[in-house]
Amino acid sequence: MKGLSVSKAVTAVLLAGLVLLPLYSQLSGNIFILTLFTRIVILALAAASLNLIMGFGGMMSFGHAAYLGIGGYAVGMLAQEGVGSGFIQFPVALAASAIYALVIGALSLRTRGVYFIMITLAFAQMAYYVASGLARYGGDDGLTVYKRSDFSGLINLSNRTQFYYLCLACLFAVIFLIWRIVNSRFGLVVQGLRSNEQRMQAIGFPAKRYQLVCFVISGTMCGLAGALLANNTDFVSPAVMYWTRSGDLMVMVILGGMGTLFGPVMGAVVYLLLEEFLSQLTEYWALIMGPLLLLIVLFGRGGIMGMLGRARRG
Amino acid sequence: MLLVVEQFLNGLQFGLLLFLLAAGLTLVFGIMDLVNLAHGSLYMMGAYFAATFAAWTGSFLLGALLALGATLVLGIVLEMSALRHLYGRDHLDHVLATFGLILFFNEAVRLIWGPAGLALPLPPWLTVPVPILPGIHYPAYRLAIIVVALMVALLLYLGVMRTRVGMLIRAGASNREMIGALGINIKLLYTLVFGLGAALAGLAGMMQAPILTVQIGMGENILILAFVIIVIGGIGSIRGAFLAAIFVGMIDTLGRAFLPNLLRQVLSGAAASTAAPALSSMLIYLLMAIVLVVRPEGLFPANRR
Repeated sequence: MKGLSVSKAVTAVLLAGLVLLPLYSQLSGNIFILTLFTRIVILALAAASLNLIMGFGGMMSFGHAAYLGIGGYAVGMLAQEGVGSGFIQFPVALAASAIYALVIGALSLRTRGVYFIMITLAFAQMAYYVASGLARYGGDDGLTVYKRSDFSGLINLSNRTQFYYLCLACLFAVIFLIWRIVNSRFGLVVQGLRSNEQRMQAIGFPAKRYQLVCFVISGTMCGLAGALLANNTDFVSPAVMYWTRSGDLMVMVILGGMGTLFGPVMGAVVYLLLEEFLSQLTEYWALIMGPLLLLIVLFGRGGIMGMLGRARRG
Repeated sequence: MLLVVEQFLNGLQFGLLLFLLAAGLTLVFGIMDLVNLAHGSLYMMGAYFAATFAAWTGSFLLGALLALGATLVLGIVLEMSALRHLYGRDHLDHVLATFGLILFFNEAVRLIWGPAGLALPLPPWLTVPVPILPGIHYPAYRLAIIVVALMVALLLYLGVMRTRVGMLIRAGASNREMIGALGINIKLLYTLVFGLGAALAGLAGMMQAPILTVQIGMGENILILAFVIIVIGGIGSIRGAFLAAIFVGMIDTLGRAFLPNLLRQVLSGAAASTAAPALSSMLIYLLMAIVLVVRPEGLFPANRR
């Protein structure tokens, strides 16, 4: 019981820290930290969406960055065409991601295991090349978003603090939604499918349909992260969909603890802060980061959440 | 006609090169059940070693031989120090750990060789065009790649199918406990297989080096191609990897060469020239998606278990 409270305490501190961050930034005059954490929160949202299918559903998507791109391009392309309203941009971003996830999921879920990992990767690479071919929208060089999504008076995305809280609210909403899904009948079926698909099918659940719905929900959530990311960087490019970005998201999930509610948030914070810290320490930060990841895999099963959970026995 | 033959040979050459990379990947994957994302890093290291050793020794061939040995040793060290602890773990653990290795290798290369790329110049005797058909010449170096890769493919096939070590490798793929129980040193066997895979990747990298620049991250694009190949071919099947590699090499090369013209027949010039590059880059992923949808286990699934 004590162990549970260790991970709970750490999570609570983390969340409180995230909520109070703009205050700290204001008081210390450190604007950079707010910008950094906006990015972290957005990528934490993407990691959380990946965790829904990977951690709870057992579906290892290696192409999740595609949704970041699709959500981002939806915002960027609409902005380019003169549609600046966020009330249009965001729904379009979500819908586009959902449709993409529906098609990709329907095809990919015919395979399993490593084949599933690879086919999701292949589709993401296709999206990457499609974006590279969009000459009208910057092609390889990417697309600058000159004006952030306009939520006419409701919230101003150009205000750092307001934008940060919007991202944080989206993250909390998504995690709440995941919590509801995981504990619903639907979520239990999906988790049952992870442990024994044949048995679930024998009981009479249409396995693929449940998995597909879960896949689409996850993709849509990640599309939201993409729309926010485009607003954060004022830029979207094919590089956002490259396979190493999907790898980054996977690393965040596994690092934090797969199949835990707050693990991906933890993973994103630790991974990106470590990257930031090490890159200030030395230009060759990846020289330390790489082996560090290896060591975490070798000695820290279950990611950070797993390690915190084991603290009770120590 | 000339262009068709040339592109056909280019496709074959690229396919064979991909095979070298995919063979190592599928061996390690099929036998040790290890997903090694760092395989592309070994390819990159092969290229860097070759460029460095060739510059030191002043001889292309000597440099290539030294580079081959160096990647073999590197692979063995990597297996013994890190990867051996990952056997039997979840595939995701493999992905995370070897993703870390990619970061490490890219950065190590930047530290040692600097951020700018290297060039590996060819000796004069490999740059002459060779007549292959009346009136058709083809670069000697590309022909050499075809010959070497075909020889390696044959040796690999004979080695795995006809020798005692090959028999053990195949046995280890189907049941690792059993061959361990028979008194075979499975640890050593795995180390050797990984070293072999690394050397194959290194060979592919060094052979590609004179054609492309040797640069950081060069393994990442091609790694994904190699994965596509082993998935299309069926994981663990060398024959599948060979056929799929040739197929992918052909489709990729021919697609890039002829798709723009084909598209121009149906689309307007501007639309065709925007669509063609994206479409030809997508072709192989499209192929893989179609194959997996029709045959979820790949074209030639290895008969395991």
